[in-house]
Amino acid sequence: MKTTGAILLRILLERQGIHTLAGIPGGAILPFYDALHEGPIRHILARHEQGAGFIAQGMARATGRAAVCLATSGPGATNLLTAIADARLDSVPLVAITGQVPQPLIGTDAFQEVDTYGLTLPITKHNFLVRSAAELLEVVPLAFQIAESGRPGPVAIDVPKDVLNALIEIDPDSLPAPGRALPVPDCPEAGIVALAAELAAARRPVLYLGGGVIAAEASALACTLAHRLQAPVVSTLMALGAMPPDDPLFMGMLGMHGGKGTNLLLEEADLLLAIGARFDDRATGKAAAFCPRARIAHIDIDRAEIGKIKTPVHGLTGDAADILRRLLAHLPVAPAGGAWRARAAQLRREHPLQVPPAAEDPLHPLNLISFLARELPATALVATDVGQHQMWVAQAFPFRRPRTLLTSGGLGTMGFGLPVAIGAALACPGRRVACVSGDGSILMNIQELATLAELDLPVAILVFNNANLGLVRQQQQLFYGRRYAASRFASVPDFAAVAQGFGIRGVRLDPGGDPLGELAAALAKPGPCLIDIPIHDAANVFPMVPPGAANHQTLTAPELEPATP
Amino acid sequence: MTPANFLPTARATVLELRVRNHPGAMSHITGLFARRGFNLEAIACAPMGDCATSRMLLLVAAEPRLDQVERQLARLHDVLSVSERPDLGPEFFAGMFVAASG
Ligand SMILES: Cc1ncc(C[n+]2csc(CCOP(=O)(O)OP(=O)(O)O)c2C)c(N)n1
Ligand SMILES: [Mg+2]
Repeated sequence: MKTTGAILLRILLERQGIHTLAGIPGGAILPFYDALHEGPIRHILARHEQGAGFIAQGMARATGRAAVCLATSGPGATNLLTAIADARLDSVPLVAITGQVPQPLIGTDAFQEVDTYGLTLPITKHNFLVRSAAELLEVVPLAFQIAESGRPGPVAIDVPKDVLNALIEIDPDSLPAPGRALPVPDCPEAGIVALAAELAAARRPVLYLGGGVIAAEASALACTLAHRLQAPVVSTLMALGAMPPDDPLFMGMLGMHGGKGTNLLLEEADLLLAIGARFDDRATGKAAAFCPRARIAHIDIDRAEIGKIKTPVHGLTGDAADILRRLLAHLPVAPAGGAWRARAAQLRREHPLQVPPAAEDPLHPLNLISFLARELPATALVATDVGQHQMWVAQAFPFRRPRTLLTSGGLGTMGFGLPVAIGAALACPGRRVACVSGDGSILMNIQELATLAELDLPVAILVFNNANLGLVRQQQQLFYGRRYAASRFASVPDFAAVAQGFGIRGVRLDPGGDPLGELAAALAKPGPCLIDIPIHDAANVFPMVPPGAANHQTLTAPELEPATP
Repeated sequence: MTPANFLPTARATVLELRVRNHPGAMSHITGLFARRGFNLEAIACAPMGDCATSRMLLLVAAEPRLDQVERQLARLHDVLSVSERPDLGPEFFAGMFVAASG
């Protein structure tokens, strides 16, 4: 059968099981859009390529499967970069397909030519410049294989327009098999046995869970291990949801905005078992002072992570679920670790999150998050933007299941929330998606309200409006002598009216009236909505470990936050 | 003998890579050194018999992070194997330098 590169690309994506992708058309990618026109794949028209990239990320983060975004050459491709880099740092499987100028024009500074291959090289797991239609047969399945294998990540495929237009003879019955995750090589048994012995002998062990636990679908096994060992569990931002927050062994998030008791517990640990975590500086604080009394063991699918920051005594490379299952087989009986467990409970009791009583200050951000958690269905997904509101969500929202928190951990990208929420809603029909955003972040991809209006998805956007780049203002207050350079907005849009302008229900809560009643009512109605929530502009995120300090040097709320105006 | 104007770091070591031979493989490897702040002092590359793969020799500082350098290299899709070549010293590259300045 004779076909074109563009149609072949569409067929290969269909064979990968792709039924929805997000993008924006333009000259170089038009032949592919023409091919999409007649196929079953649903195309989501974003309003900015960064939005398209994050919509695809939302689908991938909610499901764990590679999702696809599309852009044209030049500005289309450069607009995708932030979403690709974000996927790289959080190990999200993404396949980004970009149009490129025809090959004879490459290198001539042609209209909308940019070196997409060169630009995506340092921010992808791998990237391709396709040189012929026949190469698509190899590149497309391989891109999905790479994106989903081992430690997941983004893959970029740059396709020149002449490749899309080229005629190619294919045999529909002998197309390549879809690319799938390759099996992970087994971790040698000796390492597992040695680690089991170490764990059994430890008196004060702590499990340190990272996003890899969720990627490996090893959450339940990690919880079983914790109970087998009677070991308290600390979580990174990316692992929230791996262990239910009311589990007696759960110590919450560690690090910069982690619990004070959580960070203090790590000072006392004699063995730290990191699982799918990468000792990021936001989690460890000053790395040299992290877990000063502990021997370190590290399980990770990426061998390069083992020893990157901290040299472990046991470094096990492999699939976390497989390793935990085998580890459990060597740890049949629970040791009597009652004293350590009690110590963890004591630290948790002595250092609770500082929250003013809800009756006095219902619009305190932490009270708002708790209220939201009560109002949202148990199956809801929560996407966040980046800033104080993100940390308040991490501190106070009780995530009970993996993949219910979608947040930009590694890159910390403002503008992430809304398009990711749209992608998650596309991937999880029937589930409510809340996007907790800030008055700064929401503006960074506000144009996607048009996409949301068109799709009419059950996304509720909650703008925690402090009229500030709050997290920046907080750092200036604490570490830059209260010199508030460029962190306070003199003018803040009427977000409810903005939403209405896009055709979306918009509500602004009235602090003088019944704000929580209004909030509950707004959430109860179906379909998309934006809720503008005025919060105190001086509220800060505490506890906080100053950047570069050791995790025990925690700053806590000097006094309770002032009441909301 | 090392010529006076070829001055490798006092403790340098040679890594041998087998890589897929296609455009871009070299950029991935050199880009990795730039991005992660590792030192790359010299590089030699030639296609192997079948031309599908190339052998690459890298002269790198024998710093404590060498292990990390090797692991990061091994992670690249185009890199098929990484090994240390203690039998080859900086002299190997010095020889090339002499030949090239011929
Ligand atoms: C794209 C991008 N630019 C800049 C920053 C730096 N930054 C981190 S938090 C923040 C303020 C976010 O403001 P807002 O969304 O209102 O959240 P708040 O902290 O007020 O809750 C800024 C500017 C960033 N993380 N991402
Ligand atoms: Mg703000």
